[in-house]
Amino acid sequence: MSIVEFRNVTKTFGPVVVLREVDLNIDKGEVVVLIGPSGSGKSTLLRCINALEEINGGDLVVDNISVKAGRSQVRLIRQEAGMVFQQFNLFPQMTALENVAFGPRRVRGISRAEAEEQARALLAKVGLAERGHHYPAELSGGQQQRVAIARALAVKPKLMLFDEPTSALDPELRHEVLRVMQALAEEGMTMIVVTHEMAFARQVGTRLIFMEDGKISVDGKPADLLANPENPRLREFLQHVH
Amino acid sequence: MEFDWSVIGEAMPALLSGARLTILITLAGLVGGLAVGFVAGLMRAYGNAFLNAIAFAYIELIRGTPIVVQVMFIYFALPVLADIRVNPMTAAVTAIVVNAGAYIAEIVRGSFLSVHRGLKEAGLALGLPLWKVLVYIIGPVAFRRMIPPLGNQFIVSLKDTSLFIVIGVGELTRQGQEIMAANFRAVEIWSAVAILYLLMTGTLTLILRVTEKRMRIL
Repeated sequence: MSIVEFRNVTKTFGPVVVLREVDLNIDKGEVVVLIGPSGSGKSTLLRCINALEEINGGDLVVDNISVKAGRSQVRLIRQEAGMVFQQFNLFPQMTALENVAFGPRRVRGISRAEAEEQARALLAKVGLAERGHHYPAELSGGQQQRVAIARALAVKPKLMLFDEPTSALDPELRHEVLRVMQALAEEGMTMIVVTHEMAFARQVGTRLIFMEDGKISVDGKPADLLANPENPRLREFLQHVH
Repeated sequence: MEFDWSVIGEAMPALLSGARLTILITLAGLVGGLAVGFVAGLMRAYGNAFLNAIAFAYIELIRGTPIVVQVMFIYFALPVLADIRVNPMTAAVTAIVVNAGAYIAEIVRGSFLSVHRGLKEAGLALGLPLWKVLVYIIGPVAFRRMIPPLGNQFIVSLKDTSLFIVIGVGELTRQGQEIMAANFRAVEIWSAVAILYLLMTGTLTLILRVTEKRMRIL
């Protein structure tokens, strides 16, 4: 059963067409890896799913709710679709624990004590049980991104969106984030990941989508596509990212 | 000439009562000005075209005219125009509220918009309505950035109360003027008045320093 359904979606920024009549179905439990050259529309496609970008044409249905159904419906979509950003975007005035407890408290409306207990469990899950009282500025990039993943998970989403989650990190810090993402995938979380990490795509992804010029040009099994890329532009792209 | 300390001693009770009035007008003005400034600033930053236009017109009108003209308008012109009669004190407080509000609005707008866009997106992405994102996430970060420019505005507003001499409010400058008119001791009286202003602005600066130190600027 589809959890995300793009129906002929078009997105423009002024005169620039970023998504051209995209059709795409994503089922529960899939780990979709989105790749493509910069400007191909992959981040925009992701940001349309939780309505951080408004679509201009077609329809986009997430967990049976259209992104065009109005503000309160959009908030429901966002609660079901957690997002992790390239720049982490942790709330700087809150500790790691407060960052993670924030969503449950202010979105789901549960008590502070209960929210912090859940937050502690989530921080332990991303390997940061000891860092709860640290402010984001006191954490490394990799640690911040793991807190950001815990923060998104705290609202108990059905779907996780990752927008280049390791692109702002030093190579040696990427692994700790990718490990957390892999563990999440193994638990059966539905994930859509914009990334250049081909090893992650091969090992964790269940589906690989190559975008160019606002369209999906290749869509298939990661192992097959990476071993034998028939599309010449995908082949060229893969040579550049390796 | 000789500096006559006894002149200051005799004038002090009247000057202090003037200073008290100055503080009163400033405090009432700044509390009101903060309220007006937050509303107008947020209307400018996040309101639709209509709210934005109203706030913009208000800010431009106030920033574009001198505060003396504003208080004269409230005190002398409003009674003629709209049959609203106000006492000098009310006119003074209203003028400070309206005037400080316009400048504070720009401070509020600037600080909120200076907060990294990603924080707003992260808040929205959790499924919060915009107002909660502003109250719990953007507001606390923006507030810290507001403190230095707000301090500036508080000091300007405190000193602007001296202009209310034109409508006869018995604040500090007015008291000094009246005493001087009676004893002609300009050096002693204006020195004393200046020092009282310095003490008030100094206290304000100190309070803001402490507030700023207690908060980490983010």
